Amino acid sequence: MTQAETHAPHAAEAAAHEEVGQHHPLGIYFKIWGLLFVLSTASYLVDYFHFQGYLRWFLIVTFMLLKAGLIVAVFMHMVWERLALAYAILVPPLLLLVLMGIGAFEGDHTFLTRGTFFGAAPAVTAPAKHP
Amino acid sequence: MTQPVVAAGMASPDVTPPLAEGLQGIVADWSSDQRAFKNVPWGKAMMWIFLLSDTFIFSSFLISYMTVRMSTTVPWPNPSEVFALTIGGKSIPLILIAIMTFILISSSGTMALAVNYGYRKNRVVTFWLLLATAALGATFVGMQAFEWSKLIFEEGVRPWGNPMGAAQFGSSFFMITGFHGTHVSIGVIFLIIVAIKVLRGDLDKQRPGFLTGRRGNYEIVETMGLYWHFVDLVWVFIFAVFYLW
Repeated sequence: MTQAETHAPHAAEAAAHEEVGQHHPLGIYFKIWGLLFVLSTASYLVDYFHFQGYLRWFLIVTFMLLKAGLIVAVFMHMVWERLALAYAILVPPLLLLVLMGIGAFEGDHTFLTRGTFFGAAPAVTAPAKHP
Repeated sequence: MTQPVVAAGMASPDVTPPLAEGLQGIVADWSSDQRAFKNVPWGKAMMWIFLLSDTFIFSSFLISYMTVRMSTTVPWPNPSEVFALTIGGKSIPLILIAIMTFILISSSGTMALAVNYGYRKNRVVTFWLLLATAALGATFVGMQAFEWSKLIFEEGVRPWGNPMGAAQFGSSFFMITGFHGTHVSIGVIFLIIVAIKVLRGDLDKQRPGFLTGRRGNYEIVETMGLYWHFVDLVWVFIFAVFYLW
């Protein structure tokens, strides 16, 4: 109630409206912009220098998650939102890990089945003739 | 004391009392009357929920791509070579895709600045930043069209097969990048619409938009921004798992 007493009604309304928008200094956007450039260059270099195996996977996934995190957190303002919204949006996609597990399981199974039943696989699934 | 306040139309109940933080805040928000998402305009909350559903769509594409790629016994075409460009007589791997990535990130940067200048009610700067974002987005789509034509006409890639290896390469590629390109194109159209609304002063004058009686305000620039950043976000995942795998 003290707020309503000290401020004129219009000022109080403006202050209440002010809370809704996202106001941040410009500098942080430029910093994130720069970081995204650095991370993209890094992930491109992974391919350019032909890193292979687990090192390649580790680097690609790390850079990917860092980039995604920076975009969601700062560009999409998620760090400044209330947790009720952040959790409602960020938790459900974790379910996709289950789908990923099922996909990997099925993919492996199909691969083994093809190997067992088709033998020399390339002869059966020869590259299609293109027009 | 309450009399003049109500008369001035300030009956907003979410000014007082202060909202709880942390886990307690989540419980309080979700168990409160009327609305769970405090401090955000309804349009922004709905855009987030739309983006959540879109996340599931793109994830389904990427996971089915993973499944078919793991299940094929034919070698997968090497993206590093397929998407290489010859510049100055030298073949540079994945260079087109790298440039497209930088263009899309830059468009995300100009979009973030546009949202910021929008809240400062700087009409002209917001307009130019939105236009720059749309231009970068259109450039991205143009480069994608170039990439598609090169693959279709020169490399002979089809959804049902290609001369370089596993047949599933074409269907995954066209499905995933096609859906993403469609999102970018729709985004460009909406960016231009929002830019025009900003320049005309629709948001300053709180003019209602088409198809809605609700008053325009600079929050729609941020909602537009969420969609645009999401398009960039999806590209981060496509770039990593399709082009770098």
